[in-house]
Amino acid sequence: MTWAAILLAGAGCYLLKLAGLSVPPRVLQRPVAERVADLIPVALLAALVAVQVFAQGRHLVLDARAAGLAVAVGLLVLRAPFLVVVFGAALTAALLRL
Amino acid sequence: MPEETLSAADRAAILRDSLGVGVATGAYGVSFGAVSVAAGLSVAQTCALSLAMFTGASQFAFVGVLAAGGTPLSGGLTALLLGTRNTLYGLRLAPLLRWRGARRLLAAQVLIDESTAMSMTRPTTAAARVGFLGTGVSIFVLWNVATFLGAIAGSTLGDPRSYGLDAAVGAAFLALLWPRLTDLRNRLVALAAATVALGIVPVSPAGVPVLAAAGVALLAGVLTRQPDPTEFPGPPR
Repeated sequence: MTWAAILLAGAGCYLLKLAGLSVPPRVLQRPVAERVADLIPVALLAALVAVQVFAQGRHLVLDARAAGLAVAVGLLVLRAPFLVVVFGAALTAALLRL
Repeated sequence: MPEETLSAADRAAILRDSLGVGVATGAYGVSFGAVSVAAGLSVAQTCALSLAMFTGASQFAFVGVLAAGGTPLSGGLTALLLGTRNTLYGLRLAPLLRWRGARRLLAAQVLIDESTAMSMTRPTTAAARVGFLGTGVSIFVLWNVATFLGAIAGSTLGDPRSYGLDAAVGAAFLALLWPRLTDLRNRLVALAAATVALGIVPVSPAGVPVLAAAGVALLAGVLTRQPDPTEFPGPPR
């Protein structure tokens, strides 16, 4: 099941890329479609952050992950590179759990 | 689009920039590899994701949903929804890159945030192609090598929670989202999406809250008018 999802979603992501390079531009020239498509990554990433940090199964929890996220925000404000942000958050959570 | 050829010096300069972005971006495949095995995927599954899907946000989303207990189906759907932005990039780049046939089929796999950012501002097709391929191919190679190394390291570490790898996933998503938050509407959409997702966490199976948040994008896209100034990725830092 996991393998099937990996291969199907992988193939789907490839076809989404290829479609962009192949489809006549007018297909997406409807402004509403374009705005929705632009906003989907914003909404999904924000939801992923929230669920990843504050959910544990079906419960909302506040634990070391929230401290990790706070450190990530600080590092992003300081314009730290991606890897520093990610491992900074991990290190914070790991230290709090010692 | 002017068809003039690219001087050797210009070509070298674009390639140098592209490889710099490639090294910086490819390296964080290590974090994907480690996070993916921490989510319960095997090393082979982790590497297959980087080879076949090859678009960072979708890959992190897929393993993130699985880590939270979601089904592979909801993980795959979330990954596909996030992958739709590559279609938009392709629509804008197609008239600039102008590839056909087999070359287009191959180029499509490396159509991602960074290759778009490094090619869409070029004045000519020749320059855009060098930026696109220099960035895309170097990231593809390094991202896959780094994924493998991260997955191996992650699978020998033991309990991922004691290394804070579960906190790393949220930070990765936030870092991917961050450049889009300079726009007020995007901030409001992000806030609403996070609220909706957390609101239905207690009453829905894992994976569903994130998919439901896509409804916020739909609503905001239908109800608002102005275009999004952060729609395209800037050059990565």
